[in-house]
Amino acid sequence: MKILVGVKRVIDFNVRVQVKPDGSGVVKDGVKMSMNPFDEIAIEEALRIKEAGHAEEVIVTTIGPKACQEQLRTALAMGADRAIHVLTDDEVQPLTAARILKALADKEQPKIVLLGKQAIDDDNNQTAQMLGALSHWPQATFASEVKIEGDTATVTREVDAGLETISVDLPAVISADLRLNEPRYVKLPDIMKAKRKPLETVSIEDLGVGHAAAVKVLKTTAPAKRQAGIKVESVTELVTVLKEKGLIS
Amino acid sequence: MSKVLVIAEHDGVNLNGSTARAVSCAADLGLDSIDVVVLASDGTAVAEQAAKISGVSNVVLVQNPANEHAVAAFLAPQIESLASDYSHVLAPSTTFGKDLMPRVAAHLGRPQISDIMRVESTHVFDRPIYAGNAVATVEAPEGLVIGTVRTASYKAASNDGSASIETRSVDVTLPSHTRFVELASGGGGDRPDLQAASKVVSGGRGVGSEENFKIIYSLADKLGAGVGASRAAVDAGFIPNDHQVGQTGKIIAPDLYMAFGISGAIQHLAGIKDAGTIVAINKDADAPIFEVADFGLVADLFEVIEELEQAL
Ligand SMILES: Cc1cc2nc3c(=O)[nH]c(=O)nc-3n(C[C@H](O)[C@H](O)[C@H](O)COP(=O)(O)OP(=O)(O)OC[C@H]3O[C@@H](n4cnc5c(N)ncnc54)[C@H](O)[C@@H]3O)c2cc1C
Ligand SMILES: Cc1cc2nc3c(=O)[nH]c(=O)nc-3n(C[C@H](O)[C@H](O)[C@H](O)COP(=O)(O)OP(=O)(O)OC[C@H]3O[C@@H](n4cnc5c(N)ncnc54)[C@H](O)[C@@H]3O)c2cc1C
Repeated sequence: MKILVGVKRVIDFNVRVQVKPDGSGVVKDGVKMSMNPFDEIAIEEALRIKEAGHAEEVIVTTIGPKACQEQLRTALAMGADRAIHVLTDDEVQPLTAARILKALADKEQPKIVLLGKQAIDDDNNQTAQMLGALSHWPQATFASEVKIEGDTATVTREVDAGLETISVDLPAVISADLRLNEPRYVKLPDIMKAKRKPLETVSIEDLGVGHAAAVKVLKTTAPAKRQAGIKVESVTELVTVLKEKGLIS
Repeated sequence: MSKVLVIAEHDGVNLNGSTARAVSCAADLGLDSIDVVVLASDGTAVAEQAAKISGVSNVVLVQNPANEHAVAAFLAPQIESLASDYSHVLAPSTTFGKDLMPRVAAHLGRPQISDIMRVESTHVFDRPIYAGNAVATVEAPEGLVIGTVRTASYKAASNDGSASIETRSVDVTLPSHTRFVELASGGGGDRPDLQAASKVVSGGRGVGSEENFKIIYSLADKLGAGVGASRAAVDAGFIPNDHQVGQTGKIIAPDLYMAFGISGAIQHLAGIKDAGTIVAINKDADAPIFEVADFGLVADLFEVIEELEQAL
């Protein structure tokens, strides 16, 4: 079987994001970009499923501008077999991303589509679930463990109440949470090898997908900032101030 | 007529507190009425609790054995068939709502507004992006609005309502491709639920081990507080995942948050921005947590906890 993995280029998680003074968005010029950390975990899981003999091919895809090729090459260096770049300079919101991924899934017929549970830029946490809905496939979101047996996957999910386990028939969409695995490091020879792996470019039009009704971003602002308070010198002083505020008795 | 439908979160017995918070957000829309839907296998008790949420006109009870556990693929088609009566469908942005609502939205061909933190008008909302380091003001396209509510941004609606309860049968074919297997709860015991607790004591990597976390639990119990943790503490196996606070864990808004041995990474701070008072204990005077703490104490956490135990 094949596994399709979605990867997104985002501002690196270590960057302190700055809002532009004119409210038009956040500063992206000269800022370090990386693969969404959840997507690295998704690729790693796909590779492990393949290495365990359950899959023959891992295909990675990204939807976005030219620069996203960098993340596809990283994915290929990690071990993915080939890449599909859905090239667009347009804004792609989750519902459109899900439609595009569905079109790719219809074409490639993967048994599993693995996505990150959320992209750390827009933090939407929607795409996997939307793809599940559009494909009428089961969804197993926020996965912290995936076991493949024949045509089913048993997935442990990180939910507010603890760990939930569900079993789903394949094909299915799975979204990766942080504790699913630790992604491997990419070695230099793999980066060289990745340059020769197939990377196909298609347009949204090629896939016959129309843009879905979209949410309009009116403005972006900096959040209300918490002011740093004071340093207390001792536990006694801490207890006194907390008592004064009525927070402890 | 414009009506809001709020999806109740519950465990079959108790209504989750996040529901009343989502109702507060629904009330800010200023529409004609608010309904709450309880999807359950046997939901009478939960429906009665929902009927008490102030501001709710009508509780819709949909009973189906398939609703025993909250499986998104089963709940979504039922919500879709109810949605046509409403202008807005909202759920709390807990793992329950996050899993469910995009599935509803996509089937209905609508985009979703995730993590609503402020209502500006019926179609304009504020939501956090970049782990809360920026706030986007977004406008949903005309027509049905599907959204999730950032519960830490809303106080729970009060508990003095008296809505009517209407049992409805929803006739949709449910898929057979998903099976619930089990839920292993993190074992927080009788401690207050993290998302509802007025006080939270939290530990990070600095606590050092699962064994050492006992002192965090003990202090929490003394204060009647819930117990939180950083991702590093969860990853290291000191404490189960359902205690994680932050961008990818729980977003909380207690009156008092006490962080022991937590450095204050932006992903962690994303979870505590709405806390009333933040107290940080860290031996590193330059730890970023001090930039947001109302009261900081540069000291060894073990010594501080020992002294606190005696002082309280
Ligand atoms: C040039 C450009 C400008 C944009 N400007 C804005 C803007 O100003 N405001 C705004 O809100 N949005 C903008 N977007 C869209 C935005 O970046 C996201 O693609 C979209 O909102 C999806 O949200 P998310 O990533 O938070 O989805 P989530 O649902 O959180 O993503 C979950 C997972 O879905 C998969 N996935 C999501 N998107 C892609 C993708 N593009 N390719 C491959 N896999 C994917 C990944 O596996 C990801 O981990 C822009 C996009 C482009 C290309
Ligand atoms: C995509 C993504 C999502 C993430 N989501 C989350 C999230 O939801 N929540 C989250 O918390 N993190 C999250 N993280 C991880 C985050 O970046 C940090 O790595 C994590 O919060 C660090 O945890 P910590 O503060 O416990 O550990 P550290 O950063 O290692 O800090 C430990 C602190 O303890 C102090 N210390 C040590 N010993 C003592 C002592 N005896 N007394 C007093 N102080 C002591 C040290 O000075 C240090 O400041 C995420 C990361 C990524 C990439």
